[in-house]
Amino acid sequence: MTFINYASREINCKIVYYGPGLCGKTTNLQYIFDSTAPASKGKLISLATETDRTLFFDFMPLELGTVRGFKTRFHLYTVPGQVFYDASRKLILKGVDGVVFVADSQEERMDANIESLYNLEENLKSQGYDLMSIPYVLQLNKRDLPNVIPIEDLTSELQKKGEPVLEAIAATGVGVFDTLKAVAKLVLTELRRS
Amino acid sequence: MADSPIVIREQQYHQIKAVLAKLRLDSSARVAFLVDKDGQQIAVHGEVGNLDTTSLASLAAGNVAATGGMAQLIGEKEFPTLSHEGERESIHICVIGRLLLVVVFDERSSLGLVKLRVKQVTQELARIFDDVLRETNRRDGVDSLFAEITDEDIDSLFK
Repeated sequence: MTFINYASREINCKIVYYGPGLCGKTTNLQYIFDSTAPASKGKLISLATETDRTLFFDFMPLELGTVRGFKTRFHLYTVPGQVFYDASRKLILKGVDGVVFVADSQEERMDANIESLYNLEENLKSQGYDLMSIPYVLQLNKRDLPNVIPIEDLTSELQKKGEPVLEAIAATGVGVFDTLKAVAKLVLTELRRS
Repeated sequence: MADSPIVIREQQYHQIKAVLAKLRLDSSARVAFLVDKDGQQIAVHGEVGNLDTTSLASLAAGNVAATGGMAQLIGEKEFPTLSHEGERESIHICVIGRLLLVVVFDERSSLGLVKLRVKQVTQELARIFDDVLRETNRRDGVDSLFAEITDEDIDSLFK
């Protein structure tokens, strides 16, 4: 939920990166963290297992700049992708302002993408949101791997409502900021509309 | 669609800060801060120093959400308070509706004192936040300032 504080002149929004296990959600956040000036970011908090799989969530606050005298701060979260962490995923969607679905472009992960997307819709519903009306973008990640599904096929299978679709290689940063920009723009546009 | 934004006006912000200041003094705590259940920090008062209150707010909310989930699994609505005691620093979290009051304290205070003082301010904080919500709804969420945000304003953030 967007939080607007007139005293400190801040707008705070929450963006959640969603997707199947090992699709690159944490890698997106890690790249943003590594590429942002220290003054614009807080710490990257990772609640991970000993094998670096996300256990609860990753979190980083990011300040983008000023709109009409208000500092805009985005709180970026990832969810744990593994199927059995569903209870945690639901909790992290609470108060969300915008969602990035990170799809794994590899052929063998297509079923996992579809299952995770369905899970996103269901979990949003359980928190009182509707995927069809929430600010939402689709990122097609791992485009550098050899066994990827063509963009057109992935898009026709995963795109839900004409949302922006971005190609990415999160490990090298390709498309990472474009994705963030796309979702942040939708969130601010929604704020204006409300 | 996403929830409507919550808007805090200056007067309410200063009221909250005053309550936090009193709580901190009365409980001899290091820091007292108020957080939304979604992890957004609303106000903070005390010896913040190098303390990363943004991360602490997010983790406190995650902590309450996780223990709330456990509470529901065993048939409880929620656990209204959480305390974590360390060797030197401790944290007490109290759920007040959709708010979390987080108090960080050290050996200058005690859990009993913090709990007592927190209890004494919960009603006042709940009342102030009710005013915040009422005013947010009355103003229909966000006033015209935000309606006037242009595409150029948004684009300028990414240059």
